Amino acid sequence: MNRKKATLLLADGTVFHGTLVGKDGTNGGEICFNTGMTGYQEIYTDPSYTGQIIVNTTPHIGNYGVIDEDSESSHPLIAGIVVNDFSDVYSRMDSTQSLQSYLEEHGVTGIADIDTRMLVRHIRSKGAMNAIISSTIDTIEELQSELDKVPDMNGLELSSQVSTKESYYFGDENAPIKVACVDYGIKRNILRCLSERGIYCKVFPAKTSLSEMEAWNPDAYFLSNGPGDPAVMDYAVDTIKEILNLNKPLFGICLGHQLLARACNVSTYKMHHGHRGLNHPIKNLISGKSEITSQNHGFSVTKEDIEKSEEVDITHIHLNDGTVAGIKLKNKPAFSVQYHPESSPGPHDSRYLFDQFIQLIQN
Amino acid sequence: MPKDSSIKHVLIIGSGPIVIGQACEFDYAGSQAARSLREEGIIVTLINSNPATIMTDPVTADNVYLLPLEKKSIIKILKDHPDIDCVLPTMGGQTALNLAIDCDKAGIWEKFGTRMIGVDIDAIETAENREKFKALMEKLDVSVCKGRTATSFLMGKEIAQEIGFPLVIRPSYTLGGTGGGFVDSPDNFEKALMAGLQASPTHEVLIEQSIMGWKEYELEVLRDTIGNMVVICSIENFDPMGVHTGDSITVAPAMTLPDTVYQWMRNLAIKMMNGIGNFAGGCNVQFAVSPDNKTIIGVEINPRVSRSSALASKATGYPIAKVAAKLAIGYNLDELKNSITGSTSAFFEPAIDYVIVKIPRWNFDKFKGSDRKLGLSMKSVGEVMGIGRNFQEALQKACQSLEIKRNGLGADGKEIRNQDEILYSLANPSWNRLFHIYDAFKLGISFRTIQDLTKIDKWFLKQIEELVHLDIKIGTYTLENIPYDLMKIAKQKGYADRQIAHLIGCLESEVFQKRRDEMGIRRVYKLVDTCAAEFEAQTPYYYSSFGDENESIASDRKKVVVLGSGPNRVGQGIEFDYSCVHGVLAAKECGYETIMINCNPETVSTDFDIADKLYFEPVFWEHIYEIILHENPIGVIVQLGGQTALKLAEKLDKYNIPIIGTSFRALDLAEDRGSFSTLLKDNNVPYPEFGTIHNTDEALELCKRLGFPLLVRPSYVLGGQGMKIVINEKELEEHVVNVLRDIPNNEILLDHFLEGAIEAEADAICDGENVYIIGIMQHIEPAGIHSGDSYAVLPPYNLGDLVIRQIETYTERIALALETKGLINIQFAIKNDKVYVIEANPRASRTVPFICKAYAEPYVNYATKVMLGEKKVTDFNFNPVKKGYAIKEPVFSFHKFPNVNKELGPEMKSTGEAIYFIDDLMDDYFLKIYSERNIYLSK
Repeated sequence: MNRKKATLLLADGTVFHGTLVGKDGTNGGEICFNTGMTGYQEIYTDPSYTGQIIVNTTPHIGNYGVIDEDSESSHPLIAGIVVNDFSDVYSRMDSTQSLQSYLEEHGVTGIADIDTRMLVRHIRSKGAMNAIISSTIDTIEELQSELDKVPDMNGLELSSQVSTKESYYFGDENAPIKVACVDYGIKRNILRCLSERGIYCKVFPAKTSLSEMEAWNPDAYFLSNGPGDPAVMDYAVDTIKEILNLNKPLFGICLGHQLLARACNVSTYKMHHGHRGLNHPIKNLISGKSEITSQNHGFSVTKEDIEKSEEVDITHIHLNDGTVAGIKLKNKPAFSVQYHPESSPGPHDSRYLFDQFIQLIQN
Repeated sequence: MPKDSSIKHVLIIGSGPIVIGQACEFDYAGSQAARSLREEGIIVTLINSNPATIMTDPVTADNVYLLPLEKKSIIKILKDHPDIDCVLPTMGGQTALNLAIDCDKAGIWEKFGTRMIGVDIDAIETAENREKFKALMEKLDVSVCKGRTATSFLMGKEIAQEIGFPLVIRPSYTLGGTGGGFVDSPDNFEKALMAGLQASPTHEVLIEQSIMGWKEYELEVLRDTIGNMVVICSIENFDPMGVHTGDSITVAPAMTLPDTVYQWMRNLAIKMMNGIGNFAGGCNVQFAVSPDNKTIIGVEINPRVSRSSALASKATGYPIAKVAAKLAIGYNLDELKNSITGSTSAFFEPAIDYVIVKIPRWNFDKFKGSDRKLGLSMKSVGEVMGIGRNFQEALQKACQSLEIKRNGLGADGKEIRNQDEILYSLANPSWNRLFHIYDAFKLGISFRTIQDLTKIDKWFLKQIEELVHLDIKIGTYTLENIPYDLMKIAKQKGYADRQIAHLIGCLESEVFQKRRDEMGIRRVYKLVDTCAAEFEAQTPYYYSSFGDENESIASDRKKVVVLGSGPNRVGQGIEFDYSCVHGVLAAKECGYETIMINCNPETVSTDFDIADKLYFEPVFWEHIYEIILHENPIGVIVQLGGQTALKLAEKLDKYNIPIIGTSFRALDLAEDRGSFSTLLKDNNVPYPEFGTIHNTDEALELCKRLGFPLLVRPSYVLGGQGMKIVINEKELEEHVVNVLRDIPNNEILLDHFLEGAIEAEADAICDGENVYIIGIMQHIEPAGIHSGDSYAVLPPYNLGDLVIRQIETYTERIALALETKGLINIQFAIKNDKVYVIEANPRASRTVPFICKAYAEPYVNYATKVMLGEKKVTDFNFNPVKKGYAIKEPVFSFHKFPNVNKELGPEMKSTGEAIYFIDDLMDDYFLKIYSERNIYLSK
């Protein structure tokens, strides 16, 4: 209970005082909030959060400890956490360690005992911004100079940093379908969702050339989620254009969705404070049914561009703000969604999209 | 699909009188549904026999029928209104569903061309019939407990042999699990089996494997006709499987579930709701999870609005009943807006950034001899909800709301230290187990023992253990040297100033001043907004915490605070919520900003659509005072919220906070028997011979003067608590000893009991100058039975003119002598045509809503305007509808306590009431109750 003091400084000068959780030290990144009430471990290990400080709005964090299977990547890539009440004690029987020791082990510095609601209201009105957490730097001036070194998320390319360095396989090699997955920061559960449905995956580094991927002769392509600004990822956009020319089935999630849009001359933009949570309402315009989705994105595709486009149709919209949540190409077997159908964490309402992908491949 | 425009006129069925297992949550649901439908231009007709409800007000529905919930009444309504095209039976609990099914079987709906909406008869059938439920779950691949239904004693024994012990017996088609129970060995089995077979109306019981001690969860689900579904709230039971969910302490959101298990459960809930039938509306699904998270069992599904959905609505801000009503008339979820934000979609799952803890309120003291152990059959009479930024704060706030004279969880000198008693209580949950867990930690009982005996999740127990450690730490300081950080942590963890004062040995007011003024540790108010602050919200629904930012901006309008009535219990039920709601609405009409403070999640008063601002907080001094300091109202209305609100009058007066209406001095005078009788004497009003005593010696002395029988009653109690009629010295001494043990230092009154007298009561509005008697009710039972437990008739059925004149005269004299501003209720005993005053209560009484309904006039509204000084009694044009008689029928919940005999006396036992209109005194119903009037009087 007696934790060391820690400070959170936002780029606009707002200061919060709290207590240290995780590793003693200093961490900076873009601050964003997630409204999910479960799944902290999955969130912290989602590579899409690379370089971000996550504010959890749920009042208690750490209650059920940490378990290996719940990680979405090998280790957390986040730049820190901000929580209201942090539990050192956990009650899940098969947890292998406490969240505290896990964060410490992976060098994540966080801050607890913060009025997270006040912070969220602040971010909601002021928009996304950089921030820094420290338990070692005492003066605001010094903290400020460290904060100045944190890069701006706008125009930041992060995928190539978090992408796998070597290609690897996932699933049953005798599975009937082969899919090449471009890793911009892929979550493990996407690979699980694909392989459970009879897909053998080969995961390629973000900057792999088409010819290298084609050499494996995949039946289809998958574009993964990932961190950073899609506007500075021309290397990916070029490759995707080449994939589209093959007329092979293509499915994209989150960053993959934004990149597919850019490959079709639809622009992307940085949102005011993004969508992050497990309760986002999406309407499927084709079936007329709605689904509760897991989301994590700070950039979005431009609706007006799609409305003008002769290549792209909107398939899904966000019911709260009308933003584009899914697209498909008119004349090619390609589609993508802004949200996370693999939803780990989050509701499983959108898993049908993986089945649609398989249907597209089988047709 | 948009709204079904063929629906023009809907009948809503209410839930009838309050009984254990079915309380005012259905008034909340019914009134929300009615409002929701009327918003759509649909005519709403409503039936309910419970007069003390908001749903039966003309403000809620177009046509209101205060009739018994039976087929005959439905036929009458459908004949009166042949244009009723639909009936919505999901808002009135099991009572409404059962009536709808009966009508369906009798072909009534078909005959009148009425369609049932929001429900599927087969779904109800499947949900209620355990065997069908299990078969469906197996088909859906949802795990269920081993077991089957027995239709005979022999069959039951065979099943028990198959599945072994421990096992569970669940009778089919009973409310709140009545007659069910756990059996851990063959010894008790036969008796329990017979009881279960008898309790079930179809004489069927399900015998099942026991999953006692597993974790228990509930999900509240909404679905529309095209199959869009959302989970509004996940609720985790603090008390694991084994205690009825209505008797369990519950927490939202679920605290100990990882996402993988939660989503597994969510998928099961969706599968179960889809599997049970195709209907649009709300559904409650209950699960048991093995302690290792490896197995999830589907326990129950309720395809209707329930107690839990009312809780979920208050816990999240999402108005389930309102939306469910819209879904029933054809809307899809994605076509509706979230009424909290006003801008986002109703198709979403609320994210909450606080914790709520619900604690049930029991009244075992009213049911002497009852089995106090909690189990499968619900026994609580009400509930409270605490909202905090963490579990500990929410838990302590809920404890402060209970009105069981505790100041939070422990730290109040009321801990018990008997190890055997504690250990027994941990393993055998009753109303006080929560407090005994705290006591166990304090006494040094090991964590492992506590967990083994309670089977409560480790995380929850650790939270309580941490509080005990904090107590000890706080206790090492004094008021002078307690550090800022520790004070702040204590407040953040929900400690009341009184608890801190107890720990550091000073006065509550000293702690208050120190932390608030010197340290600057003040409450801030946060919004309940369904979305964890992601979007801006418009609704004025607040709770307090000790964070850094205050979101409740005090306006400079003239405003009043209305204090609510806290948890429902015997003696203080829905009637007071009715009055509070009308008080709020009346003050609004007069241009005041209205502020409601209450902690009962079942009520209409805690619907954020009622007052201008709702503070969901304990009706506990510290919370009230801090809100008053923040809002600076012109005054506080205490006379509508029953004893809960009234007893805060003294403190308000002491702190110079104006009380709206009748002054504290008058309120106190009426309670203080000595001064009150002086007032009666001065005004030439007769009263029974009486005296006050403080011990048995004085009692034995006084009885000689007064003569037996004597009515013994403690001062300042609710619903006649501790009141008894005694006929000899032995009984007198015994009872005085008991009262002094239960309520130490109390003044006790001995009245000469007027045997065989007739009782009557009058309610009146007074502005200090003029008195208007809104109604006089004559009891059917003789004096000696608490007015709340008596049948009563409005107007009197056989009192002569002379008697009535005395009642009227005395009512006026007393109301004026007390300088009443607002409502007053006076109780009379009449013997040999002479009228005696038994007591006077200058506040809204239990009978006021009844009279409002019977005479179809808004008396609480008028009284509030008088209290505020906005109107005089003479400003109103009273025009009561007087036709025949209205009978108030008390309703009891004795079926929940098989060991308790129905004996009535001066201590109130009933949980609810119904209204019954008759044309004349030759009515069979009246003649029957009149002929039985002497049966139950016992002590």
